[in-house]
Amino acid sequence: MTQLALVIDLNVCVGCHACVTSCKEWNTSGSAGPLADLEPYGKDPTGAFFNRVQTFEVGEYPNTQTVHFPKSCLHCEDPPCVPVCPTGASYKREADGIVLVDYDKCIGCKYCSWACPYGAREVDPKRKVMTKCTLCVDRIYDQTRPESERKPACVMACPTSARLFGDIHDPESVVSQAIRDNAGYALMPEWGTHPANHYLPRRKTPMHIHEDELARADNPLKVDGLLPKPAKSEPTLDDVMSW
Amino acid sequence: MRPDFSVLLLTTLIGAGQGLFLALFTVQLYAIAGLLPPPPGHAFYAHGSLVALLFLVGGLIASFFHLGRPERAWRSAAMWRTSWLSREVIVLPALMAVVFLFGVAHLAGWKPVLATLPSGIAIDATVALGVVGTVLAFALFLCTAMIYACLPFLREWASPLTVVNYTLLGGASGFTLAAAFASGVAPELTRFLAGWAFVITLLGALSRIASLIRNSRLKPKSTLQTAIGIKHPRIVQKAMGFMGGSYNTREFFHGRSGAVLRSVKWVFLLTAFAVPLALLAWGWSAAPAGVLAAAFVVQYAGLLAERWFFFAQANHPQNLYYQAVA
Repeated sequence: MTQLALVIDLNVCVGCHACVTSCKEWNTSGSAGPLADLEPYGKDPTGAFFNRVQTFEVGEYPNTQTVHFPKSCLHCEDPPCVPVCPTGASYKREADGIVLVDYDKCIGCKYCSWACPYGAREVDPKRKVMTKCTLCVDRIYDQTRPESERKPACVMACPTSARLFGDIHDPESVVSQAIRDNAGYALMPEWGTHPANHYLPRRKTPMHIHEDELARADNPLKVDGLLPKPAKSEPTLDDVMSW
Repeated sequence: MRPDFSVLLLTTLIGAGQGLFLALFTVQLYAIAGLLPPPPGHAFYAHGSLVALLFLVGGLIASFFHLGRPERAWRSAAMWRTSWLSREVIVLPALMAVVFLFGVAHLAGWKPVLATLPSGIAIDATVALGVVGTVLAFALFLCTAMIYACLPFLREWASPLTVVNYTLLGGASGFTLAAAFASGVAPELTRFLAGWAFVITLLGALSRIASLIRNSRLKPKSTLQTAIGIKHPRIVQKAMGFMGGSYNTREFFHGRSGAVLRSVKWVFLLTAFAVPLALLAWGWSAAPAGVLAAAFVVQYAGLLAERWFFFAQANHPQNLYYQAVA
């Protein structure tokens, strides 16, 4: 079994929204038709997006952390949005675990979006069908692309490599290793949806300065301690010598 | 959640239709058992079935306005193995067909005896249709309510009380409608139906108040901490990622103040339960024409408010991600 997924490193994300714009660009240009982009220069622009970057402040001033939080469909291993679909338009692929919507079967009843606790699905206001992240399914299998580019557009665009892509069921994949090594976690575990996408937590890089580092305890000749330490009131060498 | 008027109409209209059909068949069962005088002629059953059918059709038509692509609605019967919505889509037309046949059989006097009970009571085709229709009507209450009750993270909905409420409130409005209908065409049945409407409305009020109390005690399971997976008591959203609106900001919030929500609660407690109970009691004791009809109109309006509140009160966990525009 394969379960493709994204792993998003919150320690690295700088909140530049490059993944948002590249996602919109790729998915509005695809064979499934354009993603709605209504009043893009008007007072109240709206439209369908598969990916957003949100910003949270954790802690109380002055001890705060700003966390940029990219959010897209998590491609749950037990997706609550799929069984509720009355037409079968919403489905999870056996082969790679991607959760998709068949835009030709969707009746736009919105029930699957009610059934998603993460708010990962959006009705396209123009096409009137449910849309969501496809994990760039029309890109990652594209044989005309070099192997290195067969990744979702958001992963390709990320300037800090905060987004990893791979098979979380393969223990040796880059995403599985990242989850293992850096305590990757799932969102809202309380609902048993088993999201495939994981997040890597913020990590602190603390600096510890020990006493022995200051006193040069590792100095084998103990030269520091043997040197004369004249008192501040005593004349210095400069006072008694005329060079 | 944002209450969509088409869904409010759908659930209240078919609820009244189902309840009316159950009331018609209840009268028939009582008449067969000799507990009620049989209604004169067949107008009561046939015309009553027509009214029930009109309510069911009205609900079905309303449901189409909820769809983005109504021309594909036929597809929605496909996933009945997993989806309560799909099951509803199958059961609703089935009930409509049975209600139609029930009315036609009464109108045409088509009553071939299928079996005779040991006590000598004949079971004819209309009784068989009535039994099938009753099963379907209850199945439809179950399907409609489970569409909402099966979503575990919409905790205001995820309760057996949702199923009880949909059944009792639909039944109450249907029996009130039946009482109003009987006061016009079969006055001798008015007291019987108004009595049952009173009892079911009272039970509905109790179960709805029970669910209000339950919901007021709910503590959210999902928090900002579980939503973004950071363990800190103070997390504040600074930006949701966009400044215009989106589907996520429109679909999952009713967009009204807490004061409106509270006043709608009191409005529906009065108009769906208190006022109809008083009117039903009045209609039961003496029956000035129009009192029971008024009871139905008030109760139906109250149930629309109740359904609005049902949606508005449900707090979707996705709202945790959409709290600040910046």
